[in-house]
Amino acid sequence: MKQRLVVIGNGMAPGRALERLFETAPGAYDVTIFNAEPHVNYDRIMLSPVLAGEKAFEQIVIHGDGWYVKHGVTLYKSAKITHIDRAAKTVTAATGVSAPYDKLIIATGSNPIVLPVPGHNLAGVLTYRDLGDVQAMLLAAKSRGSAVVIGGGLLGLEAAAGLAEQGMDVTVLHLMPSLMERQLDAAAGALLKGAVEARGIKVITSANTMAILGDRKASAVALADGTSIPASLVVMAVGIRPSASLALQAGLSVNRGIVVDEKMRTSDPSIFALGECAEVFGQTYGLVAPLYEMANVVAAQLAGGVGAFQAAATATKLKVTGINLYSAGDFAEGKDREEIVLSDVSRGSYRRLVLKDNKVIGIVIYGDTADGPWFFDLLRQGRDISPIRDTLIFGEAACVEEASAATPAIEPLSSSKTAQPAMITGRGTRFAAAT
Amino acid sequence: MTKYAPAIRSTCPYCGVGCGVIAARNEEGDIEVKGDRDHPANFGRLCSKGSALAETLGPDDRLLAPLVHGKKASWSTALDLVAKKFTEAIDEYGPESVAFYVSGQCLTEDYYVANKLMKGLIGSANIDTNSRLCMASSVAGHRRAFGTDTVPGTYDDLELADLVILVGSNLAWCHPVLFQRLAAAREKRGTKVVLIDPRETASVEIADMHLALAPGSDVALFSGLLSHLAAVGRIDLNYVEQYTSGFDAALAAAIPTADAAKLTGIDAQTLSRFYELFTSNPRVVTVYSQGVNQSSAGTDKVNAIINCHLATGRIGHPGMGPFSITGQPNAMGGREVGGLANMLAAHMDLDNGGHRDIVAKFWGVPRVVKRPGLKAVDLFQAAGDGRIKALWIMATNPVDSLPEADGVRAALKACPFVVVSDVIRHTDTTACAHVLLPSAAWGEKDGTVTNSERVISRQRAFMPAPGMARPDWWQIVQVARRMGYSEAFPFESPAEIFAEHAALSAASNDGTRDFDIGAHAAIDAQAYDELAPFQWPQPEGRSPGISRFFANGGFFTPDRRGRFIPTSWRAPASATSAEFPLVLNTGRIRDQWHTMTRTARSARLMGHSPEPFGEIHPFDAAAAGVRDGDLTTISSASGTVIVRAMVTGRQQRGSVFVPMHWTDRYSSKGRIDALVAANTDPVSGQPELKFSAVSIAPFQAAWQGFAVSVARPALGGLDYWALATAKAGYRLDLAGLKEPDDWTSFACGLLAIGEDGELLSYRDAHAGQYRFAVFDGEQLAAALFVARTPIAVSRSWVTEQLGQFISDPAARLRLLAGRACAGAGSKDRGAIVCACFEVGVNDIVAAVKAGGCTTVDAVGAAVRAGTNCGSCRAEISRIIDDSGSAAPGLVRPLAS
Repeated sequence: MKQRLVVIGNGMAPGRALERLFETAPGAYDVTIFNAEPHVNYDRIMLSPVLAGEKAFEQIVIHGDGWYVKHGVTLYKSAKITHIDRAAKTVTAATGVSAPYDKLIIATGSNPIVLPVPGHNLAGVLTYRDLGDVQAMLLAAKSRGSAVVIGGGLLGLEAAAGLAEQGMDVTVLHLMPSLMERQLDAAAGALLKGAVEARGIKVITSANTMAILGDRKASAVALADGTSIPASLVVMAVGIRPSASLALQAGLSVNRGIVVDEKMRTSDPSIFALGECAEVFGQTYGLVAPLYEMANVVAAQLAGGVGAFQAAATATKLKVTGINLYSAGDFAEGKDREEIVLSDVSRGSYRRLVLKDNKVIGIVIYGDTADGPWFFDLLRQGRDISPIRDTLIFGEAACVEEASAATPAIEPLSSSKTAQPAMITGRGTRFAAAT
Repeated sequence: MTKYAPAIRSTCPYCGVGCGVIAARNEEGDIEVKGDRDHPANFGRLCSKGSALAETLGPDDRLLAPLVHGKKASWSTALDLVAKKFTEAIDEYGPESVAFYVSGQCLTEDYYVANKLMKGLIGSANIDTNSRLCMASSVAGHRRAFGTDTVPGTYDDLELADLVILVGSNLAWCHPVLFQRLAAAREKRGTKVVLIDPRETASVEIADMHLALAPGSDVALFSGLLSHLAAVGRIDLNYVEQYTSGFDAALAAAIPTADAAKLTGIDAQTLSRFYELFTSNPRVVTVYSQGVNQSSAGTDKVNAIINCHLATGRIGHPGMGPFSITGQPNAMGGREVGGLANMLAAHMDLDNGGHRDIVAKFWGVPRVVKRPGLKAVDLFQAAGDGRIKALWIMATNPVDSLPEADGVRAALKACPFVVVSDVIRHTDTTACAHVLLPSAAWGEKDGTVTNSERVISRQRAFMPAPGMARPDWWQIVQVARRMGYSEAFPFESPAEIFAEHAALSAASNDGTRDFDIGAHAAIDAQAYDELAPFQWPQPEGRSPGISRFFANGGFFTPDRRGRFIPTSWRAPASATSAEFPLVLNTGRIRDQWHTMTRTARSARLMGHSPEPFGEIHPFDAAAAGVRDGDLTTISSASGTVIVRAMVTGRQQRGSVFVPMHWTDRYSSKGRIDALVAANTDPVSGQPELKFSAVSIAPFQAAWQGFAVSVARPALGGLDYWALATAKAGYRLDLAGLKEPDDWTSFACGLLAIGEDGELLSYRDAHAGQYRFAVFDGEQLAAALFVARTPIAVSRSWVTEQLGQFISDPAARLRLLAGRACAGAGSKDRGAIVCACFEVGVNDIVAAVKAGGCTTVDAVGAAVRAGTNCGSCRAEISRIIDDSGSAAPGLVRPLAS
């Protein structure tokens, strides 16, 4: 008899895990999926283009209904699991449906953080997490009224841009003095702010939200400095928290997220966790690349193979048309961190590389992000950049070895020395036209 | 008038080769200057400097009106004041309280009237010239040996000789066209060339032998040669007997060859090879220049050389003779009119009563001055100690070019009345003037110059003088008239002055004096306008032709015999010590002229060596803790400079070479003559510019930078800077002892970045690297690169980007990489080697490596480098050698 595999959650990570499993061990499991959302698996990363009206939902579907049929998967939509009985090895949904498992995957994802300010539960106060949120926002946008987005991170800015695109009068509130302060320094933050404002979006930094005002329905946001901003729609985009309560309730080891080992196994060997809800080596993840890596590991485990999760660096882009922002890696402060910053404010270009031990550990590019993947490769490979440090930030074109024979583009330290060319000393020749 | 007709023949204003040029407007209306194929000096060739002449004609920083105490004045106000001050000084303190300091840049006509005014009318011989700094020892040596200041041979002799000896002459860089003529002859007939120089200079390219003698030991070398010639029985006894005097005394004083080896530091075997070469090659020309002249034993060096030629009778025949090559375009013309404080006029002597009578009678004055005047170094000392009350400086920059140059500046500040005639508004000397008179520049004035082979050529105007600028001769005539000497100064044109000069040369001459151009005594304006280059002498009735002197005696001494001069070696005046252990040598570089007032205007010329530098031997550098490319201080008892260290085995151990050119206009502290002690040759009065005791030490720069800017950068407060002209503005090397608190505001201040300038920045604080670029819309207006070490940026590439329109945002950013990005398809030529065609070192390396070019000619065929003036051929040759033997990027000095 086939083993029974139950999956709680139908996001991108479990979707990928199943794809891999069906490739490597087709027919090995009877698969049942419980999805709290009333949908098939869709590309959550592409929600912002849907909000902006650039894509329709159909265009972001990853697995259509036919896929589930083809692979003999039982998919319960709008079926939120409320209980796991580890002893009986069953799960039960709020709908009353229950299913037995031999192996269980918990992929409950994360919950958006809701600021516990007065009025946070008024109608018209949304988070930005799933298609439901997008649909609610689109509905609200029909009013052409005012919207406030709380949180000037990637997600908040995408929401703001989408709502502005839908004709709303949008204000972004950001707690810190500068947008995306972890990734960008003040100058680049100002650059981003300018670009956002150029789209007709108001940005208020150092904005501390005290309350959401309104009678049943949100009407304004009050700030600590006494101002209030009218808003019929309030979107909170202030971060996410792994959704681990189900696992906690089931008695699994939970820290910030559901604790798993490098094989993505929870404290119960029959149960895996993956995605944003999983915590590996003390880290939780929110970007797609490491989540897919988790999916690969789980699929391999289920197929009886080997594999272990390796914390991979992650890169992301701001998905607002016309604003190109690429960010990857680690931006934490530290004495051992060095940084190289390049900016052309008037042309909206900014690059920042964080270095540690002569390796790239953090990348931010604003403007032309074409070099992003090259930097990201350097980061992932942990390459020693000291030989190319002088030209590193200018990207691959500035650091490739010159193809022509005139390789030693040697201008001596002082041009005066070429008064007598025999003085030419070839310092630095390997990369680019070093002196 | 045909004055501004399409093509005008003139003469190059740079070195003493005196090349003919043709100036013409091209179809765009821009002036182009090309070599004159018909001129006997160059037959159409020009060097890098001559080729760039048209680029130096711009109106920037020209002095356009007379300035009295810094305020604009009319000509009459200014001239009245000059005449009044000179007259008052003469009335109150006597004629010796006034002085003129003129220049080898002056035309013969300018010189003639200045000399006449001082020696004939004012009654003082206090007129000296900057030729004192370059030619005085040759003049003195010639006069001691020949009785007159005669250059016996012609340029042809270099092409006809079997052996050419270059002594103290970097002919390749200082007289490039003559060098090319010699190189071409050597190709054809296998001329042997010997280079005698403490340094391995670019002239080594064609040398069969390089004798790196100890600085200042030339007398020992040639005195030893005389001993050798006697020892091997190769004295031309017939010539010596018949035409000379003093041989025995000279031989008795001659240094034995063994001692010569010791004193010159040249091993005995090499020395005897050289002596043998001289002995066995009757057709030998000894070319000498500043390495011989600029010495406290300069006159003796000249005579030690001439002695060898007299002793072998190798003089005045084709392909034979001692040959002094002058540094300036009209040093010879100045000597001919008597523009030195110890000469009279037309090669006549102050101390010769007969000569004085001839001149007095000719000028219509009761008497001419008898007592020699103050020579340059003494003259400025006299200005400093109050003896000179009124001083008129013309066409020269003594605050930079004289030894103990800081003292000269102080002297000018102390002198009650200083007049400076110049074409440039701001020089280190004009800064010290009470009255500034705007002079017409080359291309705007008419006159004659004489080159090193006695060929007199016209300089012709081909463009109008700007503003109120007037020729120097006119200024002098106007002042003379205002001083009451109208009768003696009736001149209304240079042609009239030249005619009088020619007539004086013939006055009571009858072959008793070498200088006679009586054939031109009746020249009129049209004939002067059409005057073709001719070699003197040309007495009345003789047609133009080539002449040589002394093949059959005919010297101009009282007994008409050539004189041997006993020369014994003596040490240079300065001595090294524990405090100042190194010998400082100064000189020219390839693409600069004098104090750069003209050549620095050409971006092409500045591209070759944009920064002052010091050539230091690797051992000396290591001992002082100076690394190649570091900034280094060089100090003597009298001053300090900051220059870029060029550590090279081509330099002799114990010696340092620094170019003579840099001034406060182009570098914060590069005035090398501030370090030179004011020691002079006792006979010629020429200062010893090539031997000063100095020490070197690293300049403790906390940061170093490179900048380019369309506008002139604000240089105030910088610890070190060197500014150069670029095509679209300026380029700047800079350094500081302390990092500024905020680099962005530093950059904004330096580059005068306004509110609307678009600032790009790069910051790598850990590495100490900061870079900025400023755009005016899409046009690059300025850039600055800063690092803790000598800044690694492709200067020529960045300089080329200045003023360019760069629209691609990525390309804008990449500018701050400071180099061409191969992957982005742009090209980096590297530092310019060939100034004529602007070919960079990278182009040449590519031609060698990818193009398989293994000869200078092949490189020329591939990338044109070295095919015009040829001044860079030696450098190309080195690049070929280095590229062939070393791995890419590891091109190493040839000699180290």
